[in-house]
Amino acid sequence: MSSSGEAAAPRSGGWLTLRRRKSLLPLALVIPGLLWLILFYAIPIVSQLWISLQTGNPDDGFAQTWNWAIYGDSISEYSEQMLRSLQYAGTATIACLIIGFPLAYFMAFKAGRWRNLFLLLVILPFFTSLIVRTVAWQTILTDDSWITNALKTVGLLPQDGRLLATSFAVIAGITYNFLPFMVLPLYASLERMDRTLVEAATDLYASRWTAFRKITLPLAGPGIFAGVLLTFIPAIGDYINAQLLGTSQQYMIGNVIQSQYLVVREYPTAAALSFIMMVVVLIIIAAAARLIGTKKLSEAAVA
Amino acid sequence: MRTPFDRLRDGLLGVWSLGAVVFLFVPIFVIVLFSFNDNQGRFNFTWQGFTLRHWADPFGVEGLQQAFVTSLGLAALTTIIAVILGVCVALALVRHKWRGRGATGGLVFLPLATPEVVLGAALLGWFLTLGLIRGFVTLVIAHVMFTLGYVVITIRARLEGMDVHIEEAAMDLGANQWTTLRKITLPLLAPGIAAASLLCFAISIDDFVVSNFNAGQTVTFPLFVYGAARQGVPPQVNVLATAMLLFVVLLMFVNLGFQRRSARRQNREMETTPALGL
Repeated sequence: MSSSGEAAAPRSGGWLTLRRRKSLLPLALVIPGLLWLILFYAIPIVSQLWISLQTGNPDDGFAQTWNWAIYGDSISEYSEQMLRSLQYAGTATIACLIIGFPLAYFMAFKAGRWRNLFLLLVILPFFTSLIVRTVAWQTILTDDSWITNALKTVGLLPQDGRLLATSFAVIAGITYNFLPFMVLPLYASLERMDRTLVEAATDLYASRWTAFRKITLPLAGPGIFAGVLLTFIPAIGDYINAQLLGTSQQYMIGNVIQSQYLVVREYPTAAALSFIMMVVVLIIIAAAARLIGTKKLSEAAVA
Repeated sequence: MRTPFDRLRDGLLGVWSLGAVVFLFVPIFVIVLFSFNDNQGRFNFTWQGFTLRHWADPFGVEGLQQAFVTSLGLAALTTIIAVILGVCVALALVRHKWRGRGATGGLVFLPLATPEVVLGAALLGWFLTLGLIRGFVTLVIAHVMFTLGYVVITIRARLEGMDVHIEEAAMDLGANQWTTLRKITLPLLAPGIAAASLLCFAISIDDFVVSNFNAGQTVTFPLFVYGAARQGVPPQVNVLATAMLLFVVLLMFVNLGFQRRSARRQNREMETTPALGL
């Protein structure tokens, strides 16, 4: 590196200008993008705090009154939806792990020449509109659909029972929507794994199960972690599934934020709720980063 | 070493995996199927016979064409801006050492880890505070914001895998930084840029949540579908969704063809190089 720097120096008209130019170039490259993120991500997130402390109404406008009580008020008023969000997102994440881990394991170690096809099939649903897919679930779960009727026939669903507009439908919808987010990081971490370690373990008389527990699972750890985060975090904010597959009985905190901002126009409450959600998410990310390390986490999440 | 138990376990694993993929494709199957449904009335929930009439007239619903064109334009503009900004940021992050590099990397990553509803709500609150009227422009701003991170990550991975020595060689041979970027770095980055563009376009065209908050009176394709969901989604939506999926599959095959060809060319070169050496 240093040799090429020295070689380049004489051409650029003096050592100082080159050095200055070298220090200005990364700034010039990064400033437009960085400014975009500061102006339209960082400041808006922080401004939520400012908006949440205002009082007023949509017709006469809002004024800053440092109304910190809004946080206590909105938490107690919407605790039901908050708990429901955590519960739905948690259940869906576990369901994704149960469905996704064997699939990722299969793709990484057993699929052979079918591996790329499976990978493609996991990614492909991404390229159909999420809203259209969720509406399709409406069609599938609706009261007179063949699956509802089949479940009634075999007695798994009572005659007057329904699938659509239940917690089950919403959790199933979330599970469906976020399954690829679980499978891909799991697959990436398993695929990178050194299989000879498992062979070594079994050669040393570890049973298959012990080898899986002591070698495969720990090595897949960062992938599992990343998958859980990538599923859980977007899932707590989701409101599409509750809106399209549930009723107000299934509304999550995302539905509240959406209707407070866009329908009731009670901006301070909406801002307070979304600020709380952001803080919770940041705490989760920070805890995860501390637990398994930032580098491992972002590597697993991104790969 | 393979016992019958192993074979049974692998078999079960295969069946489970196939089941999971089928689960992923059930709604897609329904989407494609119901694009051919000869539905009577507003609703498209029950199968009433085969027809091609929706395929013959994919924009036969008021507002659908406008929404679709808006979405295409939005995704295209978003992709152009986000890819340019993202390539620059990735170059700065990988090829240069500067103060604040770590913090910038974190800031780029954060929007990807933020729930969409928070992104949408925060941006709406900010636009309200600024008194900006929401419409196509605010949508572009929003979409570039949440796609930028994906571009940076894709390009950064590609840059990190690239051989720095080629760029250094160009500089040593008298190319200035701009020429090196234009003739060496960008051509080598091309597959990464293509992948980032496709990803960016796909994320933008599919976005509902952030657009829901910041669209104002502008209607995109997902917003149109969401609005229609209350009165019954017209089958033309299924036609467009199916057509888009077919287009992506086609692109993937073309890409696969390109990869195969360049792999073959590389193989040929590898075969001929030792011969030249002799």
